[in-house]
Amino acid sequence: MSDLADLTISAAGVGLRSGEFSATDLLEAVHKRATMTEADLHAYLTIDRVGAAKAAVAAESAFRRGEDHGPLQGIPIALKDNMVTRAIETTASSKILAGWVPPYDATVVSRLKQAGSVIIGKTNLDEFAMGSSTENSAYGLTRNPWNPDTVPGGSSGGSAAAVAVGSALGSLGSDTGGSIRQPASFCGVVGVKPTYGLVSRYGLIAFASSLDQIGPFTRTVGDAALLLQAIAGHDPMDSTSYQGAIPDATSGLDAGVQGLRIGLITEMMGGEGYDPEVIAATRATVSKLENAGATVTEISMPSVDYALSAYYLIAPAECSANLARFDGVRYGLRVGGSTTEEMMANTRGEGFGPEVKRRILLGTYALSAGYYDAYYAQAQRVRTLVINDFNRAYETVDVLISPTAPTTAFKVGEKASDPLAMYLSDICTIPSNLSGHPGMSVPVGLDAAGLPIGVQILAPALGEPVMFRVAAEIERQAAFADRAVLATSAVPR
Amino acid sequence: MTYEAVIGIETHVELSTSSKMFCACPVDTDSEPNTNVCPVCLGLPGALPVMNEKAVEWAMMIGHGLNCEIVGHSVMSRKNYFYPDMPKNYQISQYDLPLCINGHLDIETDEGVRRVGVTRVHMEEDTGKSSHIGGDSGRIQDALYSLIDFNRAGTPLMEIVSEPDMRTPAEARAFVSELREIVLALGVSDAKLEDGSMRFDGNISMRPGGTEGFGVKVEIKNMNSMRSLQQALEYEIERQTELLVDGHEVVQETRHWNEGAGKTESMRSKEEAFDYRYFPEPDLVPLAVDEAWDRRVLAELPELPSQARSRFEDLGLDPEAAALVARGETGPLFAAAVEAGADPKSAANWLTGEVMAWTRRNNTDPAATPLTGKHIAQLSTMQGDGRLSASAAKEVLGWVLAGEGSPEEVAEARDLVQMSDAGELQGIVDYVLAENPEAVAKLAEGDEKVLGYLVGQVMKASGGKADPKLARELLAT
Amino acid sequence: MPEDESVSVPVDIDIARVARLARISLTGTELGIYEAQLPVIIDHAARVQALDTAGIEPTSHPLPLANVFRTDSVGDCLDRDEVLSQAPETQDHQFVVPRIMDEA
Ligand SMILES: [Zn+2]
Repeated sequence: MSDLADLTISAAGVGLRSGEFSATDLLEAVHKRATMTEADLHAYLTIDRVGAAKAAVAAESAFRRGEDHGPLQGIPIALKDNMVTRAIETTASSKILAGWVPPYDATVVSRLKQAGSVIIGKTNLDEFAMGSSTENSAYGLTRNPWNPDTVPGGSSGGSAAAVAVGSALGSLGSDTGGSIRQPASFCGVVGVKPTYGLVSRYGLIAFASSLDQIGPFTRTVGDAALLLQAIAGHDPMDSTSYQGAIPDATSGLDAGVQGLRIGLITEMMGGEGYDPEVIAATRATVSKLENAGATVTEISMPSVDYALSAYYLIAPAECSANLARFDGVRYGLRVGGSTTEEMMANTRGEGFGPEVKRRILLGTYALSAGYYDAYYAQAQRVRTLVINDFNRAYETVDVLISPTAPTTAFKVGEKASDPLAMYLSDICTIPSNLSGHPGMSVPVGLDAAGLPIGVQILAPALGEPVMFRVAAEIERQAAFADRAVLATSAVPR
Repeated sequence: MTYEAVIGIETHVELSTSSKMFCACPVDTDSEPNTNVCPVCLGLPGALPVMNEKAVEWAMMIGHGLNCEIVGHSVMSRKNYFYPDMPKNYQISQYDLPLCINGHLDIETDEGVRRVGVTRVHMEEDTGKSSHIGGDSGRIQDALYSLIDFNRAGTPLMEIVSEPDMRTPAEARAFVSELREIVLALGVSDAKLEDGSMRFDGNISMRPGGTEGFGVKVEIKNMNSMRSLQQALEYEIERQTELLVDGHEVVQETRHWNEGAGKTESMRSKEEAFDYRYFPEPDLVPLAVDEAWDRRVLAELPELPSQARSRFEDLGLDPEAAALVARGETGPLFAAAVEAGADPKSAANWLTGEVMAWTRRNNTDPAATPLTGKHIAQLSTMQGDGRLSASAAKEVLGWVLAGEGSPEEVAEARDLVQMSDAGELQGIVDYVLAENPEAVAKLAEGDEKVLGYLVGQVMKASGGKADPKLARELLAT
Repeated sequence: MPEDESVSVPVDIDIARVARLARISLTGTELGIYEAQLPVIIDHAARVQALDTAGIEPTSHPLPLANVFRTDSVGDCLDRDEVLSQAPETQDHQFVVPRIMDEA
């Protein structure tokens, strides 16, 4: 491997341990890659060169002392900028948090630090993770490394693009309605939304608390399992954190799919808005799994047709309260006013972007007097129906498969003026946020335009081992991981 | 037509747990501004609440103290409104599934015992404190700007909502007072009205006497003492009655008690003010109280004031004395004194009289002194059998409270024991009789006045230690 | 939604009122945009009303958890200077806000 920035996490771990190169060498390669690509991509909001250099040196001396904190020691990792980092500006891509330097670390950040990883910086996102294209950032959009005229997906577009282009070996994103899986699919990388509660949300700037979950982006399924194991685990600071034993995502990576039962979700295999190339690639993937020994059935889940509607009531409702704290009193932007009430309204009016305001208004309306039962409570009942549908499906199959998104990456600006069309981009991913079940996207090929196609694997709660087992087989069959690295040359350096 | 008031009271009580409701910051009112804050109680982006188990158990105790049912499945909700001293701009509270429901509290009224329903007891978090700078009307809107300290933000706060079962300001006051006694007896709050660790709002409507409907309800805020509660309600009854008598209507609104002006004033409220958009708090999980847990909490429930009162009445006190003893910290001492053989009335007198006076003077409380039930029993016995005069007994008590030992030890050491042995005193009596022949003669003639003079002589000869009663008896025979 | 009779709640959003509730000042242009967009989104979201959910309990937590507590012990607080350094305006170690019009 000529360029260290193109290494997988596991390969880099071997090199670091054999002394072939140092953590500083690795970081420098990643920094060099960022320098070459950032002008075109804008994956990062902040690159913490000083902090990362210190962490790399610390990892080196740990290796020298014979201390090994596991597979992430010395590995450069990027964080979506809605994860709070002590002493590193954290804005969630919003003007309202411009200049905010948090006094604490999110639990995932502490865990990464304890694991010896090197935090490169903070990646761009749709403001407060609201969006599917990373165009809704107050600090400028991020582009897709496969074709800079297209979006990287969102809201974790920066984290996905950074891994795709090699300006990070792995990164973390957050997924509320598909914000990890959809950009992973658009950028040709692996993206995982774990079971709700598996990864602590403490220090994740909340969008919709009952849906948000942090997860990894990597170039390979195996790397994703390593990164997930490092961040998963009970956190007493998060009341919704899972308290039981953490399933081992790495346990079945080499087991193959012989004897596994796979369900194809009928409602996600075509129809309005679905790109036939994406459907064909999904079917081809499933055929390969069948050839590898799995049994495949089609499963109808009628409630998923209503999931998007329920989501666009639940998520805005929760966000309308979660974002109430941005008021110009304690931190971030303040726009003056002659009274506190005016100051708050001015601050929020100027500080939030159009999509954030749209969702806050939507949620405020859905919760307001007289509408609660018709909208919010009804959406929560639909949520129960979605969970029931999934549970019924998992009685007969081990995993479910669908496209990750109905299309490949769309053009920058294409859906910017039509919120509903943008929302439809998450139609395949939203149901598992509502149910709390895990899901991941694995790249399987390119469409005619040379843009990556991702396939989604869904599993029951805490079903990460079987989900990764299937993902690993898909990865082997598709043989896509190598090409993702090569494709970074699509971006002029 | 005469009108009758219908009054309900909403009380907020801050719990005196060590840490806050949802974070590990201390509950402490004396700290420098903004020192007891963390990401959670400051509402920093990304922070999440985790419930204080003790606060939940104390809320259950309050529920039991108010004869409530503890709800098996209850949830926390977000109450959404913007206010600069509320860090998240929503308050974590309870809405449709509170922890305790359907309770009641019996209060003494002029017409006997009245049962006041307790609709619910629920848990929530307190706000920070704002102080208003500039302006001299004392009203918030006239200030130039405000300063905010978040130390109090996140302190566990219990909201206790009564049914509109009270008919007079005095009953409302009795309700709040009894509620306070319960909270104090449970040891879950210092319930100081002056510090705001206990506060209340009232709602009041008027209806024609003898009818059962409800009139238009007015909410009253900012009543900071029992007295202002009573005065505000009295003022409001007068105001509303006048309106109704004159054929006007009462406007449904929130009014502010202006202590200085002695009247209630209409409060500014916006159209949106009451649209709180409650929904279940997604950052917290539901509470499930099973029987075992409830029994554990119940087992730790201390004696309630009403139970203490009836126990003290059973020990021979009249209701008034029983109530006095039950109030404050003298209850346990009283029980111990009676246990040690003290006469209940005498023990009650000592405790509610001299002991309270001494501790108040010395700015302490009975529990913090070395005084024991045994001491009180001893003191009342010594006074009863004449070994201590009333004034000597008081003096002895003072030294006991100051830590000089038991009443017997103090009386001995300070030479305060009366000469109450007839044999010992007879010698002095004989001496006085021999020295005063004229007086003795007058006494023999039946002149009773001279007896006083002779007792005085005995006291003088004994150096003040003679028991005057005994001396009189000996002289008369 | 004249073509869909199952939708029972009419979409009539007073955006200005909702914006006051959400404490967001909107320009006239923004108001116009949201007045056009929100009913369309709400209309789509209102499809949830078409589902028969009789006897279905709402789910608010994807995990069936209950009774998650911390013990009542005191931990570390933040450094006050660090906290106040992020505030737009402070005085006497407190946060400054303009005149408050609403009484709590
Ligand atoms: Zn705190």
